[in-house]
Amino acid sequence: MEIDFASSDHIVGIDLGTTNSLVAFMDLTGPRIIPGADGSQLVPSVVSVAPDGGIVVGNPAREMLLTHPERTVYSVKRLMGRGLEDVQQELKLFPFRIAPGSESVIQLELGERTFTPPEISALVLRQLKQNAEEYFGVPVSKAVVTVPAYFNDAQRQATKDAGRIAGLEVLRLVNEPTAASLAYGLDKRENGIIAVYDLGGGTFDISILKLHDGIFEVLATNGDTHLGGDDIDNLLLRIALEDVASEWGEDLSKDSEGVQRMRRAVIHAKEHLSFVPAASIDLEYRGKKYQREITRELFDKLITPIVDRTLGPCRDCIKDAGVSVDQIDEVVMVGGSTRIPLVRSAVENLFRAVPHTELNPDEVVALGAAVQAAILSGAVENKLLLDVTPLSLGIETMGGVVSKLIHRNSTIPASATEVFTTGVDGQTNVLIHVVQGERELVKDNRSLARFDLKGIDPMQAGMARIEVRFLIDANGILSVTARDQRTGKEHTVEVKPSYGLTDEQVEKMIQESFEKAEADFAARQVREQRVEADAILSAVEKARHHDAYFEMTDEERTAIDRAVNELLLVYNAEDHLLIAEKIEQVNQATLKLAENMMNTAVRGALKGTKI
Amino acid sequence: MTDYYALLGIPRKLDLSMDILQQRYYELSRELHPDRFMRKPAEEQQRALEMSSALNDAYRTLKDPLKRAMYVLAQEGFDIGEQRSKDVPPELLEEVFELNMALEEMRGGDDSARPQLVQAEKSFTNMLAEVDTQIQTLFVQYDASQSRDALAQLRTTLNRRKYIQNLVAEVERTLAAGHESPATSH
Repeated sequence: MEIDFASSDHIVGIDLGTTNSLVAFMDLTGPRIIPGADGSQLVPSVVSVAPDGGIVVGNPAREMLLTHPERTVYSVKRLMGRGLEDVQQELKLFPFRIAPGSESVIQLELGERTFTPPEISALVLRQLKQNAEEYFGVPVSKAVVTVPAYFNDAQRQATKDAGRIAGLEVLRLVNEPTAASLAYGLDKRENGIIAVYDLGGGTFDISILKLHDGIFEVLATNGDTHLGGDDIDNLLLRIALEDVASEWGEDLSKDSEGVQRMRRAVIHAKEHLSFVPAASIDLEYRGKKYQREITRELFDKLITPIVDRTLGPCRDCIKDAGVSVDQIDEVVMVGGSTRIPLVRSAVENLFRAVPHTELNPDEVVALGAAVQAAILSGAVENKLLLDVTPLSLGIETMGGVVSKLIHRNSTIPASATEVFTTGVDGQTNVLIHVVQGERELVKDNRSLARFDLKGIDPMQAGMARIEVRFLIDANGILSVTARDQRTGKEHTVEVKPSYGLTDEQVEKMIQESFEKAEADFAARQVREQRVEADAILSAVEKARHHDAYFEMTDEERTAIDRAVNELLLVYNAEDHLLIAEKIEQVNQATLKLAENMMNTAVRGALKGTKI
Repeated sequence: MTDYYALLGIPRKLDLSMDILQQRYYELSRELHPDRFMRKPAEEQQRALEMSSALNDAYRTLKDPLKRAMYVLAQEGFDIGEQRSKDVPPELLEEVFELNMALEEMRGGDDSARPQLVQAEKSFTNMLAEVDTQIQTLFVQYDASQSRDALAQLRTTLNRRKYIQNLVAEVERTLAAGHESPATSH
């Protein structure tokens, strides 16, 4: 591999997952994950608004899911690029609090504030951006972000919007399974056909690729953007809540804290079941105990319908790729849910091959995104991804029927040209309704946008010839341009997206996020200092009962009291520097105490030893 | 619009070597893909987008023998409109008439038409294979002669193929539907 990293300006690769998100980069040793300040590789895709109004993201937000469930949101990826009417199913299963006025764009309530799904995702992205910046010590502004291969145009656009709101230029959206194949480096084999089976927290993808000397050509992709580990959690959760209802005589499902605690208990059991033959769901809540053992056998039986839902798309994908199962050389497993033994055996049976599981299924997508980032920066020159569009693109014609322009599994960038005319004398605009999907009728497909061709010169019906070009770029996102065939003049095309944010809305959010970023950041620093203060204050209180404390002089004890009081005085001030200063004072005042305590501890330890 | 053959830099033939086509496609993809232009000015990026989408469109068209044939026919001024595939090729009139009767019976819930339909499916599928051989022969003929006559024959043969393919699909659909809701009459 020829790598020139001198010129690269830190383009990071980001896996924006349903459950967890990661940021990675590539250097001479290969792609690797950038850890957060707390050392963890995974940033849970959870966002919370603390009671003081501050934004909390990742692991601390995951904790707040238990303490402040009504101020916390998870699995928001399920809502990206979707309208209110097509998330009704999710609303029954997930505690999303939809704000009034969510008809055009979903608004989520978190405490006193409301956020759109791209804004929530932007907060996760901003955390990852910050982790990378702290790691490199320089600003990071460019990223490759992964999306499920089966994401439609609106879902992709929403992901790109999230990047913009987070202050990241999303250079490329890469399909998750394709990214994973890059990370696996299976191109070491000269030629071959591989399948990537990607079952994550909320989405399922299957892609079949042809490898040829560094070229990764996707032959076909299929999937379900609402199928994943979440569904297994919800299944177990429902059973556990039913148990509780009969055992405790209580409907815990209305108690959001109770639900979240139970949810964590079932996830814990689910994860254990991948490694042991039986695990139990344990919950202690409000003085009551619930326990239920689940064997692997029962678990497998319960989740079989969910696992089976992945097999249809796999078969369709093999067919669309124009290959037979025997021709598939390797199968790669991606996504946390592929740790489940039943999933592995189902894949093994279908593909008649032992799947690759060498790389951590949680990390492989981010690592692949980092490789793609290195391709874009020019650092990696011999690899190239040729991806496809997962869904057919068409326009509405007479009688609500779809006329397909770009078929699914077409390599992107892809384009199609269609000539439109007017139907009425003097008509000056033409409305084009673009949909995505495989069905015959418009109403059964996904409406993407309505494009309004304006400024057509008034003339007889049928005389105008407007050539419209539909172009799907390498991100899988559509753009439309129009040209008058007679005059060669470019037409303006006004886009009315059916779902998602308009450009103006995104701009406004970027503006607001910059304004709020400072306030959020300050609030966060204050909160962090208060946590520090809590820790030192409780340590001092404990030390007051220690022998070493009584060995100190009165003067030294007074100094400690004074420092503690001063810290308590500024504790509620909104000034993190002031709090930090007072913490340091307590630190200084207790240095000797700490030292003495250490010595006593050593003496104590030595007492029992014969020298 | 860019000529697909010229864009791929391959000889203008109907009987194409898939290996050469794929090799050229990969070579050009490495040159033209937008990934390669990320650090270039916006106009160059836009041009890469245009060029690589044209390249992908060209490859998609030329690698499929039927799409390739339609493309060449259209370029040579032949009408490739869809409506003509509805006309029954005269030599098939009788068979199609009988088939339609059987299809009607099957749809009406009369499962006794099933063996006839299964037989028809086989015979039309065989016919499809024959037509494909004819198409391949016409490809070679046209490449050698460049005659419009070969193209005209190709046009007719493609219509015939489309027609038969639709028949096979229709039979398959009807048979599958019959499986889902078995007739209750007996």
